[in-house]
Amino acid sequence: MKKLVIRNIDQGALMKLNKILKNTFLVLFACLVLSACATSKKSTGQMQGDVYTGTDTVEYLASGVPDRVFFATNESVLTTASRETLRKQAAWLRKNSDITIVLEGHADERGTREYNLALGERRANAAKDYLMTYGISSNRISVLSYGKERPVDSGSNPLAWSKNRRSVTVKAN
Amino acid sequence: MRNIIILFLIFIIPCNAFGLIEVDITRGNLNPLPIAVSPLSIDDESKKSFEKTLKKKDIGSEISKVIEKNLKTSGLFNPLDKNAFLQAPDIAHLKPRFEDWNLIKAQALITGKVKNVDDKLRVEFRLWDVLAGKEMMALAFTTVPNNWRRVGHIITDKVYERLTGEKGYFDTRIIYVAEEGPKTKRIKKLAIMDQDGANNKFLTLGNELVLTPRFNPTSQMVTYLSYFRNLPRVYLLDIETGIQEVVGDFPGMTFAPRFSPDGKKIIMSFAKDGNSDIYTMDLENRIVEKITNHPSIDTSPSYSPDGKFICFNSDRSGYQQIYVMKSDGSNVKRISFGNGLYGTPVWSPRGDLIAFTKLHKGKFYIGVMRTDGSGERLLTENFYQEAPSWSPNGRVLIFYRETKTDDKGEGFSAKLWSIDLTGYNERLVDTPTDASDPSWSSLLSN
Repeated sequence: MKKLVIRNIDQGALMKLNKILKNTFLVLFACLVLSACATSKKSTGQMQGDVYTGTDTVEYLASGVPDRVFFATNESVLTTASRETLRKQAAWLRKNSDITIVLEGHADERGTREYNLALGERRANAAKDYLMTYGISSNRISVLSYGKERPVDSGSNPLAWSKNRRSVTVKAN
Repeated sequence: MRNIIILFLIFIIPCNAFGLIEVDITRGNLNPLPIAVSPLSIDDESKKSFEKTLKKKDIGSEISKVIEKNLKTSGLFNPLDKNAFLQAPDIAHLKPRFEDWNLIKAQALITGKVKNVDDKLRVEFRLWDVLAGKEMMALAFTTVPNNWRRVGHIITDKVYERLTGEKGYFDTRIIYVAEEGPKTKRIKKLAIMDQDGANNKFLTLGNELVLTPRFNPTSQMVTYLSYFRNLPRVYLLDIETGIQEVVGDFPGMTFAPRFSPDGKKIIMSFAKDGNSDIYTMDLENRIVEKITNHPSIDTSPSYSPDGKFICFNSDRSGYQQIYVMKSDGSNVKRISFGNGLYGTPVWSPRGDLIAFTKLHKGKFYIGVMRTDGSGERLLTENFYQEAPSWSPNGRVLIFYRETKTDDKGEGFSAKLWSIDLTGYNERLVDTPTDASDPSWSSLLSN
């Protein structure tokens, strides 16, 4: 779109600039791809430690309110990013006081089924406790653990597992 | 099923003669015993009548195939090729020509006879020691014709017991979770089959997620986890009547159920506010007892066969490890101290060992240890496997194994496998669909 507009105003000089810009973009793009390849096997997601920090699987409860938080292997501790997400959820829940939610806790496939059910419950409760400290009443929140039964990414690699270690806030009404 | 089968013991000759063959069960399958299973002989009239009712051309031969497959699967026996048999089945059953059987290197011989008696199936069989030239045992059963496969399993159990000195595990069933569909939207159903994979039957429709079914050791009841109405709860199911009920009235998720050895209690975990503890419920008076009380995850409980102890896994040390306590919850002791994480402990029906799943350096192992944690022995290593369940004689473990998916998330499968306590004889257990969470029943007949 922009290119067309520019061309209409001026012909020669801007065409040249355009070409230069295009080339720089290409180089820049190549750099990005390369660096992405260097840091993680898949360019689509990111991890800090083994906690997922990407947005691939994230859905939004409302504009700017992500629906899920991610955990480290075998952990239920909320990261700084998770707490920020939950504060946004709490603000949204305070604004919409008629909404009730289910916190769905999940684990990755690298653990025994029964332990993972307990771990999913523990993760969802970590999110619940945090929402409650921001004034959301416990009777608006129910908790449901799926253990490792409902992965979002079916891959068998560290990135896929990091996306699956999550607590997802789902509108219940 | 238990009451349908009528079992007649005609005559058992306990051979106390010395030097008769035996199979050493502790030695693995390095030298399986060569055994000849002669097709059970059948008279023409009986053959015709059973062909009508059972749609099997020669039921005598079919029963012998069931026995043969059982013996082969055990890894302890090597059933010989029937084409090499020189003696006709009916004559062999009366008086085997031992030189002929010796010639094809058979050390043991099974012969038998099938007859239609008042529309019932009457089967007699004999086990012979070929080298000693002697009969080792003889038995006969009468039952409804539809039970013909069970007759084959019972005969195998008797032969196995006579030759190894230990009870068999062939007249048993496996309850498991049948799986279908993509990994992200897996459909799971309860399913049951005979130990050899025959008579597979689905018990639920797949409308709700079901997990971890376990047999009552004393009856045809099953306990399992169902997500019915999105409330994960422990249920009790009578597989004969199909009647099911939720176990207890807990304000949260109950999971990881198992029966006590007397079948009168269910032990399970109850999760609330991020903490899972172990509870029992008495099925007669409905009394609920809290057994563990710790802010960690306590789950996967399993009773010792005498009911006096419970093993379970807990992350109270920071990571998942195996603990043993008295059945009232006192005297909690950690027993797993090796490298890695330990889960799903199950007490052997013999009482001396605990089987477990171990995760170490990205690999999953099925192993056993003594009940004090000593003598850890890993039986099998894989990308993912867990949840061992013991055969009723404590000689074989069945578990499930999942394959790694590729970068596109494809290539996933879940299958049942079995392995001998010796670490030998690892086998894929055939199921019509993908399968997980197997649980082995007790012997249906004793």
